[in-house]
Amino acid sequence: MTDREIQPFEGFGLGLRPPHYQAFLEHEVPVDFVEVISENFMVRGGRPLYVLDAVRERHPVAMHGVSMSIGSADGVKTDYLRRLKTLVDRVNPLWVSDHLCWTGLEGFNSHDLLPLPYTEEAMDVVCANIARVQTVLERPILLENPSSYLTFADDEMTEHDFMAEMCRRTGCYLLLDVNNIYVSGANHGFDPEAYIAGVPADRVRQIHLAGHSVGRGLLIDTHDQPVPDPVWALYESACRRFGSTATMIERDDDIPPLGELLAELDTARIRAGALERAA
Amino acid sequence: MSLLTLQRGLRDHILANAAERPVGIAANGEPGLAVYRHAYRAQLVACLRDTFEQTWSWLGDERFDDAALRHVAANPPSGWTLDAYGETFAQTLSGLYPDNPEVTELAWLDWSLRRAFDGPDADAITAEALAEVDWESAVLILTPTLTIQDVTTNCAAIWGALALGETPPAVERLPDPAAVRVWRRELSPQYRTIEAFERQALRLVLQGCGFAALCDVLAVHGATDRAAEQMGALLASWLQDGLVSEIR
Repeated sequence: MTDREIQPFEGFGLGLRPPHYQAFLEHEVPVDFVEVISENFMVRGGRPLYVLDAVRERHPVAMHGVSMSIGSADGVKTDYLRRLKTLVDRVNPLWVSDHLCWTGLEGFNSHDLLPLPYTEEAMDVVCANIARVQTVLERPILLENPSSYLTFADDEMTEHDFMAEMCRRTGCYLLLDVNNIYVSGANHGFDPEAYIAGVPADRVRQIHLAGHSVGRGLLIDTHDQPVPDPVWALYESACRRFGSTATMIERDDDIPPLGELLAELDTARIRAGALERAA
Repeated sequence: MSLLTLQRGLRDHILANAAERPVGIAANGEPGLAVYRHAYRAQLVACLRDTFEQTWSWLGDERFDDAALRHVAANPPSGWTLDAYGETFAQTLSGLYPDNPEVTELAWLDWSLRRAFDGPDADAITAEALAEVDWESAVLILTPTLTIQDVTTNCAAIWGALALGETPPAVERLPDPAAVRVWRRELSPQYRTIEAFERQALRLVLQGCGFAALCDVLAVHGATDRAAEQMGALLASWLQDGLVSEIR
Protein backbone atom coordinates (compact mmCIF):
# COMPACT_ATOMS: atom_id res chain seq x y z
CA MET A 1 0.00 0.00 0.00
CA THR A 2 1.31 3.43 -0.91
CA ASP A 3 1.58 5.96 1.89
CA ARG A 4 1.55 8.89 -0.53
CA GLU A 5 -1.49 11.11 -0.74
CA ILE A 6 -3.21 13.06 -3.49
CA GLN A 7 -4.43 16.37 -2.16
CA PRO A 8 -7.98 17.36 -3.15
CA PHE A 9 -8.21 19.73 -6.11
CA GLU A 10 -11.33 21.80 -6.61
CA GLY A 11 -12.34 23.03 -10.01
CA PHE A 12 -14.08 22.36 -13.29
CA GLY A 13 -12.32 21.03 -16.37
CA LEU A 14 -12.67 19.58 -19.83
CA GLY A 15 -11.07 16.74 -21.72
CA LEU A 16 -8.50 18.04 -24.20
CA ARG A 17 -9.65 16.69 -27.58
CA PRO A 18 -8.10 17.30 -31.04
CA PRO A 19 -10.95 19.51 -32.38
CA HIS A 20 -10.21 21.96 -29.56
CA TYR A 21 -6.39 21.92 -29.65
CA GLN A 22 -6.19 25.19 -31.56
CA ALA A 23 -8.58 26.97 -29.21
CA PHE A 24 -6.52 25.91 -26.21
CA LEU A 25 -3.35 27.15 -27.95
CA GLU A 26 -4.75 30.50 -29.01
CA HIS A 27 -7.13 31.49 -26.23
CA GLU A 28 -7.45 31.55 -22.48
CA VAL A 29 -10.05 28.80 -22.08
CA PRO A 30 -11.92 29.26 -18.79
CA VAL A 31 -11.25 25.88 -17.21
CA ASP A 32 -9.51 25.04 -13.95
CA PHE A 33 -7.81 21.96 -15.37
CA VAL A 34 -7.74 19.77 -18.44
CA GLU A 35 -7.72 16.01 -18.68
CA VAL A 36 -5.79 14.28 -21.45
CA ILE A 37 -6.11 10.72 -22.71
CA SER A 38 -2.69 9.40 -21.73
CA GLU A 39 -2.29 7.09 -24.73
CA ASN A 40 -2.76 9.97 -27.19
CA PHE A 41 0.41 11.54 -25.83
CA MET A 42 2.53 8.44 -25.21
CA VAL A 43 4.19 9.18 -28.53
CA ARG A 44 7.68 10.17 -29.59
CA GLY A 45 7.05 13.70 -30.85
CA GLY A 46 5.11 15.91 -33.22
CA ARG A 47 1.99 17.97 -32.69
CA PRO A 48 0.46 16.02 -29.77
CA LEU A 49 3.38 16.66 -27.43
CA TYR A 50 3.78 20.21 -28.71
CA VAL A 51 0.15 20.90 -27.83
CA LEU A 52 0.42 19.16 -24.47
CA ASP A 53 3.51 21.15 -23.46
CA ALA A 54 1.80 24.41 -24.43
CA VAL A 55 -1.47 23.59 -22.64
CA ARG A 56 0.43 22.50 -19.56
CA GLU A 57 1.91 25.97 -19.24
CA ARG A 58 -1.61 27.38 -18.81
CA HIS A 59 -3.59 24.66 -17.06
CA PRO A 60 -3.06 21.88 -14.53
CA VAL A 61 -3.28 18.54 -16.37
CA ALA A 62 -4.79 15.26 -15.24
CA MET A 63 -3.80 12.11 -17.14
CA HIS A 64 -6.53 9.59 -17.90
CA GLY A 65 -5.70 6.27 -19.54
CA VAL A 66 -7.72 3.58 -21.28
CA SER A 67 -5.16 0.79 -21.73
CA MET A 68 -3.63 0.00 -18.34
CA SER A 69 -5.77 -3.13 -17.97
CA ILE A 70 -5.52 -3.09 -14.19
CA GLY A 71 -7.71 -6.19 -13.93
CA SER A 72 -5.81 -8.51 -16.26
CA ALA A 73 -5.09 -11.86 -14.68
CA ASP A 74 -1.69 -11.86 -16.40
CA GLY A 75 -0.69 -8.47 -15.03
CA VAL A 76 -0.02 -4.97 -16.33
CA LYS A 77 2.37 -4.86 -19.26
CA THR A 78 5.87 -3.56 -18.50
CA ASP A 79 6.23 -1.80 -21.84
CA TYR A 80 3.01 0.10 -21.27
CA LEU A 81 4.07 1.16 -17.79
CA ARG A 82 7.45 2.34 -19.07
CA ARG A 83 5.80 4.55 -21.67
CA LEU A 84 3.29 5.86 -19.14
CA LYS A 85 6.06 6.70 -16.66
CA THR A 86 7.89 8.67 -19.37
CA LEU A 87 4.78 10.79 -19.94
CA VAL A 88 4.14 11.20 -16.20
CA ASP A 89 7.68 12.51 -15.75
CA ARG A 90 7.15 14.97 -18.59
CA VAL A 91 3.73 16.24 -17.49
CA ASN A 92 3.88 15.99 -13.68
CA PRO A 93 0.07 15.70 -13.72
CA LEU A 94 -2.41 16.39 -10.96
CA TRP A 95 -2.96 12.64 -10.96
CA VAL A 96 -2.98 9.58 -13.19
CA SER A 97 -6.17 7.62 -13.68
CA ASP A 98 -7.46 4.60 -15.58
CA HIS A 99 -10.45 2.27 -15.38
CA LEU A 100 -11.40 -0.58 -13.09
CA CYS A 101 -11.58 -3.12 -15.89
CA TRP A 102 -9.43 -5.30 -18.08
CA THR A 103 -8.69 -4.64 -21.75
CA GLY A 104 -6.39 -7.47 -22.77
CA LEU A 105 -4.92 -10.83 -21.92
CA GLU A 106 -2.01 -12.96 -23.10
CA GLY A 107 -1.02 -10.67 -25.95
CA PHE A 108 -4.55 -9.81 -27.05
CA ASN A 109 -5.75 -6.23 -26.59
CA SER A 110 -9.47 -5.64 -27.11
CA HIS A 111 -9.07 -1.87 -26.69
CA ASP A 112 -12.39 -2.03 -24.88
CA LEU A 113 -13.14 -1.68 -21.17
CA LEU A 114 -14.16 -5.22 -20.30
CA PRO A 115 -15.92 -5.93 -17.00
CA LEU A 116 -14.42 -7.63 -13.97
CA PRO A 117 -16.15 -10.06 -11.66
CA TYR A 118 -16.31 -8.61 -8.17
CA THR A 119 -14.75 -11.54 -6.36
CA GLU A 120 -12.01 -12.00 -3.76
CA GLU A 121 -9.71 -13.44 -6.40
CA ALA A 122 -10.25 -10.47 -8.71
CA MET A 123 -9.59 -8.21 -5.71
CA ASP A 124 -6.22 -9.88 -5.13
CA VAL A 125 -5.30 -9.53 -8.82
CA VAL A 126 -6.40 -5.90 -9.07
CA CYS A 127 -4.66 -4.91 -5.85
CA ALA A 128 -1.40 -6.61 -6.87
CA ASN A 129 -1.53 -4.82 -10.22
CA ILE A 130 -2.29 -1.46 -8.56
CA ALA A 131 0.63 -1.93 -6.18
CA ARG A 132 2.97 -2.56 -9.10
CA VAL A 133 1.69 0.45 -11.05
CA GLN A 134 1.97 2.75 -8.04
CA THR A 135 5.52 1.55 -7.40
CA VAL A 136 6.57 2.19 -11.00
CA LEU A 137 4.81 5.56 -11.24
CA GLU A 138 5.93 6.52 -7.73
CA ARG A 139 2.48 7.89 -6.95
CA PRO A 140 -0.99 6.62 -6.10
CA ILE A 141 -3.40 6.34 -8.99
CA LEU A 142 -7.11 6.94 -9.44
CA LEU A 143 -9.38 4.24 -10.81
CA GLU A 144 -12.70 4.96 -12.50
CA ASN A 145 -15.86 2.91 -12.20
CA PRO A 146 -16.71 1.68 -15.71
CA SER A 147 -20.07 1.36 -17.40
CA SER A 148 -20.85 -2.33 -17.72
CA TYR A 149 -23.33 -4.41 -19.63
CA LEU A 150 -23.16 -7.77 -17.89
CA THR A 151 -22.47 -9.30 -14.49
CA PHE A 152 -20.88 -12.57 -13.44
CA ALA A 153 -22.35 -15.64 -11.82
CA ASP A 154 -19.63 -15.61 -9.13
CA ASP A 155 -19.93 -11.95 -8.11
CA GLU A 156 -19.43 -11.73 -4.34
CA MET A 157 -19.79 -7.99 -3.69
CA THR A 158 -21.08 -4.78 -5.17
CA GLU A 159 -18.90 -2.58 -7.31
CA HIS A 160 -18.72 0.14 -4.68
CA ASP A 161 -17.81 -2.37 -1.97
CA PHE A 162 -15.11 -3.72 -4.28
CA MET A 163 -13.74 -0.22 -4.86
CA ALA A 164 -13.82 0.65 -1.16
CA GLU A 165 -11.81 -2.44 -0.25
CA MET A 166 -9.46 -1.85 -3.20
CA CYS A 167 -8.75 1.67 -1.92
CA ARG A 168 -8.24 0.40 1.62
CA ARG A 169 -5.73 -2.23 0.56
CA THR A 170 -3.70 -0.18 -1.94
CA GLY A 171 -4.09 3.48 -1.00
CA CYS A 172 -5.39 4.28 -4.46
CA TYR A 173 -8.07 6.88 -5.11
CA LEU A 174 -11.24 7.03 -7.19
CA LEU A 175 -12.41 8.85 -10.26
CA LEU A 176 -16.16 8.60 -10.01
CA ASP A 177 -18.00 8.67 -13.32
CA VAL A 178 -21.54 9.67 -12.38
CA ASN A 179 -22.89 8.76 -15.82
CA ASN A 180 -21.35 5.30 -15.52
CA ILE A 181 -23.06 4.78 -12.17
CA TYR A 182 -26.36 5.73 -13.78
CA VAL A 183 -25.79 3.51 -16.83
CA SER A 184 -24.68 0.48 -14.84
CA GLY A 185 -27.48 1.03 -12.33
CA ALA A 186 -30.05 0.96 -15.11
CA ASN A 187 -28.41 -2.06 -16.75
CA HIS A 188 -28.03 -4.14 -13.60
CA GLY A 189 -30.93 -2.90 -11.51
CA PHE A 190 -29.13 -1.27 -8.61
CA ASP A 191 -29.95 2.07 -7.00
CA PRO A 192 -27.44 4.74 -8.09
CA GLU A 193 -28.12 6.72 -4.93
CA ALA A 194 -27.20 3.70 -2.79
CA TYR A 195 -24.03 3.35 -4.88
CA ILE A 196 -23.08 6.99 -4.18
CA ALA A 197 -23.76 6.41 -0.48
CA GLY A 198 -21.47 3.36 -0.49
CA VAL A 199 -18.43 4.97 -2.08
CA PRO A 200 -15.64 5.88 0.36
CA ALA A 201 -15.94 9.68 0.27
CA ASP A 202 -12.37 10.37 1.34
CA ARG A 203 -10.96 8.56 -1.71
CA VAL A 204 -12.81 10.46 -4.47
CA ARG A 205 -10.57 12.97 -6.23
CA GLN A 206 -12.36 13.53 -9.55
CA ILE A 207 -15.82 13.27 -11.07
CA HIS A 208 -16.67 12.62 -14.72
CA LEU A 209 -19.93 13.81 -16.26
CA ALA A 210 -21.10 12.51 -19.62
CA GLY A 211 -24.07 11.40 -21.65
CA HIS A 212 -25.22 8.00 -22.87
CA SER A 213 -27.43 6.36 -25.47
CA VAL A 214 -30.34 3.96 -25.21
CA GLY A 215 -29.61 0.56 -26.75
CA ARG A 216 -31.67 -2.61 -27.00
CA GLY A 217 -32.68 -3.07 -23.39
CA LEU A 218 -29.46 -1.50 -22.13
CA LEU A 219 -28.05 1.97 -21.69
CA ILE A 220 -24.79 2.43 -23.58
CA ASP A 221 -22.01 4.71 -22.36
CA THR A 222 -21.36 6.48 -25.65
CA HIS A 223 -19.96 9.82 -24.43
CA ASP A 224 -21.57 11.44 -27.46
CA GLN A 225 -24.45 13.29 -25.79
CA PRO A 226 -24.94 16.18 -23.41
CA VAL A 227 -25.27 15.26 -19.75
CA PRO A 228 -28.94 14.24 -19.25
CA ASP A 229 -31.14 15.35 -16.39
CA PRO A 230 -30.97 12.10 -14.36
CA VAL A 231 -27.17 12.28 -14.41
CA TRP A 232 -27.26 15.93 -13.29
CA ALA A 233 -29.51 14.89 -10.41
CA LEU A 234 -27.08 12.14 -9.45
CA TYR A 235 -24.22 14.62 -9.68
CA GLU A 236 -25.96 16.78 -7.09
CA SER A 237 -26.15 13.74 -4.81
CA ALA A 238 -22.44 13.16 -5.40
CA CYS A 239 -21.65 16.79 -4.56
CA ARG A 240 -23.64 16.53 -1.35
CA ARG A 241 -21.73 13.42 -0.31
CA PHE A 242 -18.21 14.24 -1.54
CA GLY A 243 -18.13 18.05 -1.28
CA SER A 244 -16.19 20.15 -3.77
CA THR A 245 -14.48 17.72 -6.13
CA ALA A 246 -12.68 18.30 -9.43
CA THR A 247 -15.38 17.79 -12.04
CA MET A 248 -15.05 17.29 -15.77
CA ILE A 249 -17.34 17.03 -18.78
CA GLU A 250 -16.18 14.04 -20.80
CA ARG A 251 -17.12 14.00 -24.50
CA ASP A 252 -15.38 11.55 -26.82
CA ASP A 253 -17.64 11.40 -29.87
CA ASP A 254 -19.77 13.90 -31.78
CA ILE A 255 -17.63 16.50 -30.07
CA PRO A 256 -19.42 19.87 -30.18
CA PRO A 257 -17.83 23.33 -30.41
CA LEU A 258 -15.85 24.28 -27.34
CA GLY A 259 -18.44 26.90 -26.38
CA GLU A 260 -21.12 24.25 -25.93
CA LEU A 261 -18.92 22.23 -23.59
CA LEU A 262 -18.00 25.34 -21.62
CA ALA A 263 -21.72 26.13 -21.25
CA GLU A 264 -22.28 22.58 -20.01
CA LEU A 265 -19.39 23.02 -17.59
CA ASP A 266 -21.06 26.19 -16.32
CA THR A 267 -24.11 24.07 -15.56
CA ALA A 268 -21.90 21.82 -13.45
CA ARG A 269 -20.55 24.88 -11.63
CA ILE A 270 -24.08 26.09 -10.96
CA ARG A 271 -25.30 22.68 -9.79
CA ALA A 272 -22.32 22.23 -7.46
CA GLY A 273 -22.31 25.87 -6.34
CA ALA A 274 -25.98 25.93 -5.54
CA LEU A 275 -25.46 23.03 -3.19
CA GLU A 276 -22.51 24.73 -1.53
CA ARG A 277 -24.52 27.90 -0.99
CA ALA A 278 -27.36 25.91 0.47
CA ALA A 279 -25.02 24.11 2.87
CA MET B 1 -13.84 -20.35 -11.68
CA SER B 2 -10.49 -18.56 -11.84
CA LEU B 3 -10.22 -15.02 -13.15
CA LEU B 4 -7.84 -16.24 -15.85
CA THR B 5 -10.31 -18.84 -17.08
CA LEU B 6 -13.14 -16.34 -17.05
CA GLN B 7 -11.14 -13.74 -18.97
CA ARG B 8 -10.01 -16.30 -21.53
CA GLY B 9 -13.64 -17.30 -22.03
CA LEU B 10 -14.81 -13.73 -22.59
CA ARG B 11 -11.87 -13.00 -24.88
CA ASP B 12 -12.55 -16.09 -26.97
CA HIS B 13 -16.25 -15.27 -27.09
CA ILE B 14 -15.59 -11.75 -28.40
CA LEU B 15 -13.09 -13.03 -30.97
CA ALA B 16 -15.39 -15.80 -32.17
CA ASN B 17 -18.31 -13.37 -32.44
CA ALA B 18 -20.66 -16.22 -31.57
CA ALA B 19 -23.84 -15.97 -29.54
CA GLU B 20 -22.98 -18.87 -27.21
CA ARG B 21 -22.64 -17.62 -23.63
CA PRO B 22 -19.21 -18.29 -22.09
CA VAL B 23 -19.08 -19.90 -18.67
CA GLY B 24 -19.12 -17.57 -15.70
CA ILE B 25 -21.36 -14.92 -17.22
CA ALA B 26 -24.65 -14.30 -15.41
CA ALA B 27 -27.66 -15.98 -16.98
CA ASN B 28 -29.11 -12.69 -18.24
CA GLY B 29 -25.85 -11.72 -19.87
CA GLU B 30 -26.62 -12.26 -23.55
CA PRO B 31 -27.60 -8.65 -24.38
CA GLY B 32 -24.45 -7.42 -22.66
CA LEU B 33 -22.28 -9.93 -24.49
CA ALA B 34 -23.73 -8.63 -27.75
CA VAL B 35 -22.73 -5.09 -26.74
CA TYR B 36 -19.12 -6.15 -26.14
CA ARG B 37 -18.95 -8.19 -29.37
CA HIS B 38 -20.25 -5.25 -31.34
CA ALA B 39 -18.15 -2.61 -29.56
CA TYR B 40 -14.94 -4.55 -30.22
CA ARG B 41 -15.50 -4.65 -33.98
CA ALA B 42 -17.03 -1.21 -34.27
CA GLN B 43 -14.12 0.41 -32.52
CA LEU B 44 -11.52 -1.34 -34.68
CA VAL B 45 -13.36 -0.49 -37.90
CA ALA B 46 -13.68 3.12 -36.72
CA CYS B 47 -9.97 3.15 -35.97
CA LEU B 48 -9.16 1.92 -39.49
CA ARG B 49 -11.53 4.49 -41.01
CA ASP B 50 -9.81 7.23 -39.05
CA THR B 51 -6.28 6.09 -39.89
CA PHE B 52 -6.96 5.26 -43.54
CA GLU B 53 -9.27 8.16 -44.27
CA GLN B 54 -8.37 8.67 -47.93
CA THR B 55 -8.31 4.93 -48.67
CA TRP B 56 -11.80 4.79 -47.16
CA SER B 57 -12.87 7.69 -49.33
CA TRP B 58 -11.43 5.97 -52.42
CA LEU B 59 -13.06 2.60 -51.76
CA GLY B 60 -16.36 3.86 -50.33
CA ASP B 61 -18.10 2.72 -47.15
CA GLU B 62 -19.16 -0.76 -48.25
CA ARG B 63 -15.88 -1.97 -49.73
CA PHE B 64 -13.78 -0.33 -47.01
CA ASP B 65 -15.82 -1.75 -44.14
CA ASP B 66 -15.81 -5.19 -45.74
CA ALA B 67 -12.01 -5.05 -45.94
CA ALA B 68 -11.80 -3.69 -42.39
CA LEU B 69 -13.98 -6.47 -40.96
CA ARG B 70 -11.94 -9.11 -42.79
CA HIS B 71 -8.81 -7.52 -41.34
CA VAL B 72 -10.28 -7.48 -37.84
CA ALA B 73 -11.26 -11.15 -38.12
CA ALA B 74 -7.78 -12.18 -39.23
CA ASN B 75 -5.73 -9.77 -37.10
CA PRO B 76 -6.79 -9.44 -33.45
CA PRO B 77 -5.03 -6.40 -32.01
CA SER B 78 -2.03 -6.95 -29.79
CA GLY B 79 -0.37 -3.53 -29.60
CA TRP B 80 -0.48 -1.37 -26.47
CA THR B 81 -2.18 1.43 -28.40
CA LEU B 82 -5.10 1.47 -30.78
CA ASP B 83 -3.07 3.78 -33.02
CA ALA B 84 -0.84 0.84 -33.96
CA TYR B 85 -3.71 -1.29 -35.18
CA GLY B 86 -3.51 -0.40 -38.87
CA GLU B 87 0.09 -1.48 -39.32
CA THR B 88 -0.69 -4.44 -41.58
CA PHE B 89 -3.94 -3.20 -43.13
CA ALA B 90 -2.19 -2.35 -46.42
CA GLN B 91 -1.25 -6.03 -46.72
CA THR B 92 -4.88 -7.04 -46.24
CA LEU B 93 -5.89 -4.60 -48.97
CA SER B 94 -3.15 -5.90 -51.25
CA GLY B 95 -4.63 -9.39 -50.92
CA LEU B 96 -8.16 -8.16 -51.57
CA TYR B 97 -7.26 -5.85 -54.46
CA PRO B 98 -4.30 -7.46 -56.25
CA ASP B 99 -5.17 -5.75 -59.54
CA ASN B 100 -5.63 -2.30 -58.02
CA PRO B 101 -2.21 -1.28 -56.73
CA GLU B 102 -3.39 2.26 -56.05
CA VAL B 103 -5.46 0.92 -53.14
CA THR B 104 -2.43 -0.48 -51.33
CA GLU B 105 -0.39 2.59 -52.19
CA LEU B 106 -3.07 4.93 -50.83
CA ALA B 107 -3.17 2.86 -47.65
CA TRP B 108 0.62 3.12 -47.34
CA LEU B 109 0.35 6.90 -47.69
CA ASP B 110 -2.41 7.12 -45.06
CA TRP B 111 -0.45 4.97 -42.65
CA SER B 112 2.91 6.65 -43.19
CA LEU B 113 1.55 10.17 -42.87
CA ARG B 114 -0.16 9.18 -39.62
CA ARG B 115 3.07 7.71 -38.27
CA ALA B 116 5.01 10.82 -39.31
CA PHE B 117 2.45 12.95 -37.45
CA ASP B 118 3.60 11.81 -34.00
CA GLY B 119 7.00 10.36 -34.89
CA PRO B 120 10.27 11.45 -33.27
CA ASP B 121 11.20 15.11 -33.27
CA ALA B 122 14.37 16.26 -35.03
CA ASP B 123 15.50 19.77 -35.88
CA ALA B 124 16.30 20.29 -39.56
CA ILE B 125 19.55 21.97 -40.55
CA THR B 126 19.62 24.87 -42.99
CA ALA B 127 21.89 25.72 -45.90
CA GLU B 128 23.98 27.93 -43.61
CA ALA B 129 25.14 24.83 -41.76
CA LEU B 130 26.93 23.59 -44.90
CA ALA B 131 29.72 26.17 -44.72
CA GLU B 132 31.95 24.12 -42.43
CA VAL B 133 31.24 20.68 -43.94
CA ASP B 134 34.09 18.47 -45.11
CA TRP B 135 32.35 16.78 -48.05
CA GLU B 136 34.96 14.04 -48.38
CA SER B 137 33.88 12.61 -45.00
CA ALA B 138 30.38 14.02 -44.64
CA VAL B 139 27.52 11.66 -43.76
CA LEU B 140 23.95 12.95 -43.96
CA ILE B 141 21.54 12.07 -41.15
CA LEU B 142 17.95 12.27 -42.37
CA THR B 143 14.90 13.09 -40.28
CA PRO B 144 13.69 10.00 -38.38
CA THR B 145 10.14 10.32 -39.68
CA LEU B 146 11.26 9.72 -43.29
CA THR B 147 9.82 6.64 -44.99
CA ILE B 148 9.97 5.74 -48.67
CA GLN B 149 7.83 3.42 -50.75
CA ASP B 150 8.13 2.38 -54.39
CA VAL B 151 4.90 3.13 -56.25
CA THR B 152 3.49 2.22 -59.63
CA THR B 153 0.51 4.57 -59.79
CA ASN B 154 -0.36 8.23 -59.40
CA CYS B 155 -1.41 7.48 -55.80
CA ALA B 156 0.03 10.75 -54.49
CA ALA B 157 -2.14 12.81 -56.85
CA ILE B 158 -5.20 10.74 -55.90
CA TRP B 159 -4.46 11.07 -52.18
CA GLY B 160 -3.95 14.82 -52.48
CA ALA B 161 -7.24 15.35 -54.30
CA LEU B 162 -9.16 13.21 -51.80
CA ALA B 163 -7.60 15.04 -48.86
CA LEU B 164 -8.79 18.35 -50.31
CA GLY B 165 -12.27 16.99 -50.96
CA GLU B 166 -11.77 17.29 -54.71
CA THR B 167 -12.63 14.77 -57.42
CA PRO B 168 -9.59 12.51 -57.67
CA PRO B 169 -7.90 11.87 -61.02
CA ALA B 170 -8.32 8.49 -62.72
CA VAL B 171 -5.77 5.86 -61.82
CA GLU B 172 -2.69 5.96 -64.03
CA ARG B 173 0.27 3.64 -64.17
CA LEU B 174 3.46 5.69 -63.91
CA PRO B 175 5.63 5.40 -67.04
CA ASP B 176 8.89 5.19 -65.09
CA PRO B 177 9.87 3.66 -61.73
CA ALA B 178 9.04 6.08 -58.93
CA ALA B 179 8.60 6.28 -55.19
CA VAL B 180 6.91 8.48 -52.62
CA ARG B 181 8.71 9.87 -49.63
CA VAL B 182 6.83 10.77 -46.44
CA TRP B 183 8.27 12.83 -43.63
CA ARG B 184 7.33 15.50 -41.13
CA ARG B 185 8.53 19.07 -41.49
CA GLU B 186 8.24 20.80 -38.14
CA LEU B 187 4.71 19.72 -37.11
CA SER B 188 3.27 18.99 -40.58
CA PRO B 189 3.43 15.59 -42.28
CA GLN B 190 4.53 15.87 -45.92
CA TYR B 191 4.70 13.64 -48.99
CA ARG B 192 6.28 13.90 -52.40
CA THR B 193 6.63 11.65 -55.43
CA ILE B 194 10.30 11.17 -56.33
CA GLU B 195 12.18 9.69 -59.28
CA ALA B 196 14.43 6.67 -59.29
CA PHE B 197 17.65 8.68 -58.92
CA GLU B 198 16.47 10.31 -55.69
CA ARG B 199 15.05 7.01 -54.48
CA GLN B 200 18.45 5.37 -54.89
CA ALA B 201 20.23 8.31 -53.27
CA LEU B 202 17.95 8.25 -50.23
CA ARG B 203 18.33 4.50 -49.89
CA LEU B 204 22.13 4.87 -49.82
CA VAL B 205 22.01 7.74 -47.32
CA LEU B 206 19.74 5.72 -45.06
CA GLN B 207 22.29 2.88 -45.27
CA GLY B 208 24.94 5.29 -43.92
CA CYS B 209 26.77 5.94 -47.18
CA GLY B 210 28.97 9.07 -47.02
CA PHE B 211 28.29 11.96 -49.37
CA ALA B 212 31.45 11.50 -51.48
CA ALA B 213 30.93 7.76 -51.80
CA LEU B 214 27.31 8.43 -52.62
CA CYS B 215 28.26 10.52 -55.62
CA ASP B 216 30.69 7.83 -56.80
CA VAL B 217 28.12 5.04 -56.49
CA LEU B 218 25.44 7.03 -58.23
CA ALA B 219 27.84 7.94 -61.05
CA VAL B 220 28.57 4.27 -61.70
CA HIS B 221 25.05 2.89 -61.23
CA GLY B 222 23.36 5.82 -62.87
CA ALA B 223 25.82 5.74 -65.75
CA THR B 224 25.95 9.50 -65.53
CA ASP B 225 28.78 11.98 -65.30
CA ARG B 226 26.42 14.46 -63.67
CA ALA B 227 25.97 12.55 -60.39
CA ALA B 228 27.72 15.18 -58.25
CA GLU B 229 25.71 17.93 -59.88
CA GLN B 230 22.47 16.01 -59.43
CA MET B 231 23.35 15.25 -55.83
CA GLY B 232 23.96 18.94 -55.21
CA ALA B 233 20.50 19.74 -56.52
CA LEU B 234 18.98 16.93 -54.45
CA LEU B 235 20.74 18.12 -51.30
CA ALA B 236 19.35 21.60 -51.86
CA SER B 237 15.82 20.20 -52.14
CA TRP B 238 16.31 18.01 -49.07
CA LEU B 239 17.46 21.03 -47.07
CA GLN B 240 14.50 23.01 -48.38
CA ASP B 241 12.15 20.22 -47.30
CA GLY B 242 13.66 19.88 -43.84
CA LEU B 243 14.80 16.32 -44.52
CA VAL B 244 18.36 16.64 -43.19
CA SER B 245 18.69 16.74 -39.42
CA GLU B 246 22.47 16.48 -39.14
CA ILE B 247 25.70 16.24 -41.15
CA ARG B 248 28.42 14.25 -39.43
